Amino acid sequence: MTDLTAEIVHATAQHLLIVGVAMLVATSAGIPIGVACVWNPRSGRIVLRLIDIIQTIPSLALFGFLIPLPLIGGIGIRTAIVALILYSLLPLVRNTVTGIAGVDPLIREAATALGMTERQRLMRIDLPLALPSIFGGIRIATVIAIGVATIAAAVGGGGLGTLIFRGVAMVDSTRILAGALPAAALAVAADLLFGALERLAARRLGV
Amino acid sequence: MGSSVVIDRATVGGSNGNAIVRDVSLRIDPGESVAVIGRSGAGKTTLLRLLNGLATPSTGAVVIDGLPLGEPGLAERRRRIGTILQAPALFPHRTVLENVGTVPRLLGWPEERIRQASAALLERLDLPFDRFAGRFPRSLSGGEQQRVGIARAMVADPPLLLCDEPFSALDPIVRRDLQDTFVALRDGGSVTLLFVTHDVAEALRVARRIVLIDDGAIVADLPAGDFVRSAHPLIHRFLDAARIPEAS
Repeated sequence: MTDLTAEIVHATAQHLLIVGVAMLVATSAGIPIGVACVWNPRSGRIVLRLIDIIQTIPSLALFGFLIPLPLIGGIGIRTAIVALILYSLLPLVRNTVTGIAGVDPLIREAATALGMTERQRLMRIDLPLALPSIFGGIRIATVIAIGVATIAAAVGGGGLGTLIFRGVAMVDSTRILAGALPAAALAVAADLLFGALERLAARRLGV
Repeated sequence: MGSSVVIDRATVGGSNGNAIVRDVSLRIDPGESVAVIGRSGAGKTTLLRLLNGLATPSTGAVVIDGLPLGEPGLAERRRRIGTILQAPALFPHRTVLENVGTVPRLLGWPEERIRQASAALLERLDLPFDRFAGRFPRSLSGGEQQRVGIARAMVADPPLLLCDEPFSALDPIVRRDLQDTFVALRDGGSVTLLFVTHDVAEALRVARRIVLIDDGAIVADLPAGDFVRSAHPLIHRFLDAARIPEAS
């Protein structure tokens, strides 16, 4: 049992690493992409459609597509992270767009009338007011990523999926649960954490 | 010294192709106070928006202090134009002090100066600094919010002040108080004032010159004293509508 415990700890840490790196990259790309979509609505719609399409690819297939690609593909953790980034983009970009679009136009106009440049308005008004929605995007993206990351084991990405795949192969439900339960717990924890941030940001805005 | 304002044959088109403001010319000297009155949809707000660049003329020009208004540098110039809108539209995530300090911060004032100027103005607007500086807009009443909006527009002493029906959403008593405060502020500083309202009594209280706009064009432009004696039929209707029948 101690062997299994050690395995669970190791797999959980690896799982967190994959999801953490993917979310960090996806967030730092997704929010600027969202802003760009708001600023250029025409190309923004095309970008959103592309990201939509990525989301419709079954996760196992997406991993499969990535394997033959040079640089980002191959067998291992890198492919897993790239796939998770692609999956996480949709909620992040969409919620950034929704959040900014939801800012009261009178407030945006007041900011312009007072003499803020577009960039100043973005940083001081639009993004802070979009924060609850953006946190919502991070929450959804993280929960999805934690689930999808279990499939990363299929391409040698490691993580809790390793235990699940091994359990399935050995018809050993203890092992399956050893992977599935921590993954579920991580998802619930992320949901609670970012849900709290979302509410905190919303309360600060009085909405 | 307030700003000089020249609108030269400006036309602003609406989305449906009709002009909202048609071939309007208006010259306002430094330090003048002008009320623009007219019925709803007459083009009052659009005329005001021309003066802070929120509306762009399709033909004609807007010149403030001898310089045509427009890009580049429009944002910087707006910092010297105070705009008070009908809805105060305070920034909900910023405290009263942060809201009021918006323009000074854009102008790069040191914190201490922002604090002092904000405190002095808030006190004049009957918002004691100690009680209000740290509060968020959602905890303020409508009248308090509108006063913070006024402070936010005026704190950096803009030489041009544009007001778009700033008191129309307030109850008549608060409204009267704010009009008085506003007149005192107007008389205290040297500012050019353009005040849009559909309320003749308010126009006569805050301004010395009245411009009547109807269907996108200026139909009368008179000193306040002449306005009340004018024989113009639309002016008559405005004055009649504002008259309170005396109790018999």
